[in-house]
Amino acid sequence: MDECDTAPSKLVSEGDFVVLKRQDVFKAVQVQRRKKIIFEKQWIYLDNVIGKHYGTTFEICNGGNLQTKRTEVTTTEMKEAGSDNRNIVDDGKSQKLTRDDIEALKEKGIKGEAIVQQLIENSATFRDKTEFAQEKYIKKKKKKYEAVITILKPSTRILAMMYYAREPGKICQLRYDTLAQMLTLGNIHAGSKVIVMETCAGLVLGAVMERLGGLGSVIQMYPGGGPVRAATDSFGFPKSFYKGLYEFPLNKVESLLTGTYSCRTSFSELNPTLENDESGETQDLNRDNGEDSNSATESESVMDTNAQQQQEGVEGSCEGALSKEKAQKMEKKQLALERKRKQDEKRRKESEAAALLQDKNADGLIVASRFHPTPLLLSLLEFVAPSRPFVVYCQYQEPLLECYTKLREKGGVVNLKLSETWLRNYQVLPNRSHPKLVMSGGGGYVLHGTTVAAERAKPNTSTIEKSEEPATKKMKVEEEES
Amino acid sequence: MSFVEYKEFIEDGDTAIVFLGHDSMFPITIQNGSQTQTKYGVIRHSTDLIGKKYGSKVICSKGGWVYILYPTPELWTLNLPHRTQILYSTDISLITMMLELKPGSVVCESGTGSGSLSHAIIRTVAPTGHLYTVEFHQQRAEKAIEEFRQHKVDHLVTVKNQDVCKHGFGVTGIADAVFLDIPSPWEAIGHAKSAMKSEGGRICSFSPCIEQVQRTCLALEEHGFTEINTLEILLRVYDVRTINLQVADLGRAAEEKSSLDGTDRTKQISAVQHGSALFKSGVPPRETVGHTGYLTFATKSLF
Repeated sequence: MDECDTAPSKLVSEGDFVVLKRQDVFKAVQVQRRKKIIFEKQWIYLDNVIGKHYGTTFEICNGGNLQTKRTEVTTTEMKEAGSDNRNIVDDGKSQKLTRDDIEALKEKGIKGEAIVQQLIENSATFRDKTEFAQEKYIKKKKKKYEAVITILKPSTRILAMMYYAREPGKICQLRYDTLAQMLTLGNIHAGSKVIVMETCAGLVLGAVMERLGGLGSVIQMYPGGGPVRAATDSFGFPKSFYKGLYEFPLNKVESLLTGTYSCRTSFSELNPTLENDESGETQDLNRDNGEDSNSATESESVMDTNAQQQQEGVEGSCEGALSKEKAQKMEKKQLALERKRKQDEKRRKESEAAALLQDKNADGLIVASRFHPTPLLLSLLEFVAPSRPFVVYCQYQEPLLECYTKLREKGGVVNLKLSETWLRNYQVLPNRSHPKLVMSGGGGYVLHGTTVAAERAKPNTSTIEKSEEPATKKMKVEEEES
Repeated sequence: MSFVEYKEFIEDGDTAIVFLGHDSMFPITIQNGSQTQTKYGVIRHSTDLIGKKYGSKVICSKGGWVYILYPTPELWTLNLPHRTQILYSTDISLITMMLELKPGSVVCESGTGSGSLSHAIIRTVAPTGHLYTVEFHQQRAEKAIEEFRQHKVDHLVTVKNQDVCKHGFGVTGIADAVFLDIPSPWEAIGHAKSAMKSEGGRICSFSPCIEQVQRTCLALEEHGFTEINTLEILLRVYDVRTINLQVADLGRAAEEKSSLDGTDRTKQISAVQHGSALFKSGVPPRETVGHTGYLTFATKSLF
């Protein structure tokens, strides 16, 4: 991922989180031997990927196995080309190969490239097409018949684009360029202490962690039973990155602010039935919000990964021998002990997170959630040091209008800006460049600003004396600020 | 003060931002014994600033106040002295993400210009990465070196005064990413490629004109780059305003009107008072930036 582990990470190993790329389609998976993965309607096995360099391109062969593809430049020579399309009639008869013929070719194990070549040879109209149309034809057919997959290292760019294309409902329709704005405007960089509140499957959290590079700390504020980190895991961060990651439940923020917080008061974890209730609740929440049907399964898998993480944390903290012993004796007592240890671990992490928040010196706040931003911001900004940026994302503009007004009333912030970005893709070809015909209609709205020292602190008498005299001027400044 | 590490207190030698309110800001260099004039009066660095916290309210001699802000690269971009056209945070954000920059990345950039993007890159790749920036204009290169030193990021950046199209970046096989903002980027693609790591990396070229983009795309293809993609990003800023819309008198009886108030169809209706409706709106400015440049991204593939 970063410089400290470059050497081993250039090659794909078993257990790595990778991204498969076919044409413009991405899919994030974990590399496991003999595990069937469905990608673009095709079953594949990733066994042959292990030990290869990241960035290697593979072809899908019979039985879903992958074979490294030699990147040969295949320039299909276009000897003949028509000048325009006046003689081309769409009668459905131009292609002599039938669907069955093509299927037969496929079954014989003939590669995609050869099939495309056959299609061209059997097309009655190919030669009459213009040069440009021929190019387009080949491109289209290649896309259909050439099953080529590239293995990539996950990154914010890839995962943000993947989620936006495949599951925008899970990330509150946060477009990748909007996420890019948030990371920059939030001045997220190594060594910072950042508060993240998101309901974007852990994508925003992962993006922040990538920019911290394992240095600094992140406090994830979560609603419901536990933090959601499905997308965060897809980044495949080294374990060390998780050392600076803390989580704190949103429903304890108020007690933290009023000073009534005590880690011991959180008994929900002590009672396993209660815990179950809680996780059930999160599932419901997710289901309510989920715009696609599989959000419930997502939350289940999230629960799994949480458990995994906690376990990892526990194992890291105790001796390896102990975990072996544990494996040998699968008694109920052991399980109970294990659960208690997990709870203790969870409580320890929570109290650490509470302490980090109570310092009230966070270097930034990033909010991207399906909740109304105003209450979140008014509370969470309390934990941020003065002269630090904060960024709030909302899918809709109206809540941010209110948030803007409330923040202005409350004070303690300057440079408030409400904005969105437009993103336009281009087709670039000699003499044929123009914007693509379809563009994204909206990528959400961002409100950002900078914190300043809170007004509450009464100025001492000498400054009052000083400032009393030119009171009119002061009024003027106030006016301009509001 | 360093642009790559937050700090709490203002010290002698720091660069800081004086915030006067409503988009009005300027940068200052803190110097024991010096003064800064604002429209609200004088700020004395020794007594008013040094030792205070960043984000503090500072009362000026005429009684008005300002805030002193820590200079993030984004605030710097808004306040830096322009020696050239500069890239703003909207484009910078997309460049940073699409080039996959993160702590530890090694980046090549040309030209340095006024250092707007350079500061943002350095912030993101610190503390283990490095920026190699090439500027063909001697004074600009010298000024950039001076600024980087003043901002205490000089250990993270190497400035070279040469023509990237003729002499490249002066490094080979070490860059994770290359950024080009030069008049003829197609002439530098070869140099960019050789500066990049053998296992590949990302490249971005910024050009205001589509003709430049066309030539650049052809050059990228010739040099074997893949995933060539051109896009454009525009910032839309909204002013938050409270608008008072008059409600026309349609001769409706007073009784009827009050019953309408009772039904809570929307907040706007309930806010109808004295024949007008109040609401909040995000109003776009009358005139806004319509074009900065096209961003062309591409990937250098493995081997």
